[in-house]
Amino acid sequence: MNDDIRKTLAEEIVNIAPEADVAGADPDADLRESFDLDSMDFLNLIIALHKRLGIDIPEADYARISSLNAAVTYLAQRRKPG
Amino acid sequence: MPSLGADMEAGTLVEWLKKPGDAVHRGDIIAVVETQKGAIEIEVFETGVVSEILVQPGTKVPVGQPLAQISAPGEAVKPPPAAVAPARPAIPEKPRAPAPPLPLSAPTVAGEARRRVSPAARKLAAERGIDLAGLKGSGPGGAVISNDVAAATRKPPAARKPGLDLAEMRKAIGAAMARSKREIPHYYLGTTIDLSRALAFLERTNAGRTPDRRIMIGAVLIKTVALALRRAPTFNGFFQNGSFAPSKAIHVGVAVALRGGGLVAPAIHDTDSLSLDDLMAATRDLVERSRSGRLRGSEMTDPTITLTSLGERGVDSVVGVIFPPQVAIVGFGRPALRPWVVEGRVEPRQVLQASLAADHRVSDGHAGALFLADIDRMLQEPDKL
Repeated sequence: MNDDIRKTLAEEIVNIAPEADVAGADPDADLRESFDLDSMDFLNLIIALHKRLGIDIPEADYARISSLNAAVTYLAQRRKPG
Repeated sequence: MPSLGADMEAGTLVEWLKKPGDAVHRGDIIAVVETQKGAIEIEVFETGVVSEILVQPGTKVPVGQPLAQISAPGEAVKPPPAAVAPARPAIPEKPRAPAPPLPLSAPTVAGEARRRVSPAARKLAAERGIDLAGLKGSGPGGAVISNDVAAATRKPPAARKPGLDLAEMRKAIGAAMARSKREIPHYYLGTTIDLSRALAFLERTNAGRTPDRRIMIGAVLIKTVALALRRAPTFNGFFQNGSFAPSKAIHVGVAVALRGGGLVAPAIHDTDSLSLDDLMAATRDLVERSRSGRLRGSEMTDPTITLTSLGERGVDSVVGVIFPPQVAIVGFGRPALRPWVVEGRVEPRQVLQASLAADHRVSDGHAGALFLADIDRMLQEPDKL
């Protein structure tokens, strides 16, 4: 049920890091290390996810976007109404 | 042909973005020039009307050769050609600062046949940050038209062009750094700064802001360096022809790592006068354009000092190599939680290692120490930035 989140996340990572092999990456590995995202890349990813998914991601929660799996779990939780 | 770097001898005119009869204003991008270090968008530094194109696309010409004539508004064509964009990246005789001979990022053009792009499409693409090279043209002869750009608006620009010659870029970086180490008597200073107040300030500032309006610590550091430079003029300017010329303007060059290797350090103009919000926006814009090959000539030639931050890579400190003809480079490492003594007690604090590499022909360690101390002091009062 979170396939759309995973797909969006993968698309936005590739938009920032075109060489990224998201499908072949370890989903539990460190996201920024896996795709060589610096802080500006990471902010751009957060901005894109916020725009596309309509999910508010407070700065204090950045650490929870630590891997592909962690990000999907976190974003799904944030999206749940109530 | 403007000089876009101290080592540049010639460039190839790739494309005109204006034609005879077009009005131009100071700052307009008028042409694209390809150098050994990539393609640069060339700005015009006077206002008038393009009266004649003197160099056709595909032609390689030496630095200093006029590219076009520009007449003042309402005037007839002037016989002595007014060189396009000569002011900043001056022709060789002018003692104006040449650029740090750093490479630019990926070429704006792919080398062989330049894409045909309508002016409207180019304007729209520029406004929306769309990379023209990645677009399929549906106009006559495959030209990219504004509809193509509009259709691609949802797609963000490619991070990097595939045509960049990393070997050439590495050569250029090597040449610049070798010259620096050969000619500049560096001295080095370092200090550790308590960053907790600045981070707390950012937490307060960013709370409730949408992600696109949040400020990063990097912008705070750039602003701090720029403000500290107001009181430290011996670190802001150029050493040329055997003497130092301080710069009244403060244009901090920000080192940007390119994906896959290489780096550029383009200027954020008048850094000290920008608000933190404007500085953050300018930094985002500069990083994006650095990585998509859309930097401008003035951004290459104007940095009066460079700031490098390798905190991203998990290192505690970085000590830079000065980009000639600049005379200083400030480095910041990674903010890290460390034991810190406050009023006789040990507390966990986020701290940052700052370094200064400076030119001993221009300044001494005492001045450098005051400069770093100023940066530290300002970071303890982030509300005043």
